[in-house]
Amino acid sequence: MELSLILTPTEWEIVALSLKVAATAMVVTLPIGFGFAWVLARGQFPGKVLLDGLVHLPLVLPPVVTGWVLLLAFGPHGPIGGWLQGWFGVTVLFRWTGAAIAAGVMALPLMVRAIRLSIEAVDRRLESAARTLGAGPWRTFWSVTLPLSMPGVLAGAVLGFARSIGEFGATITFVSNVPGETRTLPLAIYSALQLPNGDAEVLRLALVSVALAFGALIASELLARRSGRGMHVL
Amino acid sequence: MSFDVDVTRRLGERQLGAAFTTGDGLTVLFGPSGAGKTSTLNMIAGLLRPDWGHVRVDGETLFDAAARIDVPVERRRIGYVFQEPRLFPHKRVRANLLYGRHDAGRALAFDETIGFLGIGHLLDRWPRSLSGGEARRVAIGRALLANPRFLLLDEPLSSLDRGRREEIMRAIEHIRDMLKLPVLMVTHDPEEAERLGTQVVRL
Repeated sequence: MELSLILTPTEWEIVALSLKVAATAMVVTLPIGFGFAWVLARGQFPGKVLLDGLVHLPLVLPPVVTGWVLLLAFGPHGPIGGWLQGWFGVTVLFRWTGAAIAAGVMALPLMVRAIRLSIEAVDRRLESAARTLGAGPWRTFWSVTLPLSMPGVLAGAVLGFARSIGEFGATITFVSNVPGETRTLPLAIYSALQLPNGDAEVLRLALVSVALAFGALIASELLARRSGRGMHVL
Repeated sequence: MSFDVDVTRRLGERQLGAAFTTGDGLTVLFGPSGAGKTSTLNMIAGLLRPDWGHVRVDGETLFDAAARIDVPVERRRIGYVFQEPRLFPHKRVRANLLYGRHDAGRALAFDETIGFLGIGHLLDRWPRSLSGGEARRVAIGRALLANPRFLLLDEPLSSLDRGRREEIMRAIEHIRDMLKLPVLMVTHDPEEAERLGTQVVRL
């Protein structure tokens, strides 16, 4: 058997699709994740434990169940799917946008955890110092809280991105395995495994996955370390 | 009259509070640890909400429970030098100094301020690289450059060696005598109270 490590054009498209799906998932999920992290870090309200649990649910639930719930919600008769269909005439089923939603939902808990920790680590005495210097709540947030929690935000985003690249169960349940549309790296590897001569493709795509995941982990680790370097001097 | 303060606040089991009026110059809030000195400063600054009472500075009401007045911290125009410097670790000294600077009114000249505090050579440094005395002086400069109406100093001389204490004391005397800014300073050291205070309030 001849083993080539050069990606075929189709495989390049799979890699490009995976990056597009994961990047979209990150861009959309990051502000949402930051919002959840903020509320969980700073908010005090009844039902906080419940919200905490809900956000973390995709982390512990079988991904198939998450995908099925998304299918119910975004299906033509689901609460969100019906609304999208009725008002905008669009559906995310069998579309790469649906794959991005699945990836985003699965990545959300990881992001929220990282961002929440970094927000909790911000010294609130610095915020009160900013207030006494004439900064209102917004300026205090943009000039003190956000920059000081930024390493954690970036680490969370990178970690979520890596998680999105690897998303399999929820995606295949929710938007199926459509070549060129929802067949991301893990789904393509799974498909290639079913083929009699798919070994070489599996190897190539697996190597790409390892490289992407490893790169993201290293980046995340470096960012997290930066947050610990000289940032807590008082 | 500079300060007209009468505040109480329950914190857990303890009832904290202070009531005093002061004249011009530097007023020392003097008392043992745990007497509620820092809490009183925080209530004047608006960082801690009193349960009852009022805070007036130069005739302007910043807080009045009965009249439901509570001016937000950022609009009280205070210069608060905390016990720890609380410099922003992600900004260089220059950016820290300019953080609260507004072009309004008769703001202190930047060069003059860094001059009498002796921090001109520190402008491009990061806060983490400063010594305790340097950080304290930068914190005082940052508070002054925000163009405050009055200054709150919380134990500005604590945990400094003798030489550094002398530097900071001179700076405080300069603020009291040359800038003529009303100052409320917390300390538990009788010597400091004696030397710096125009008047002393015991808590």
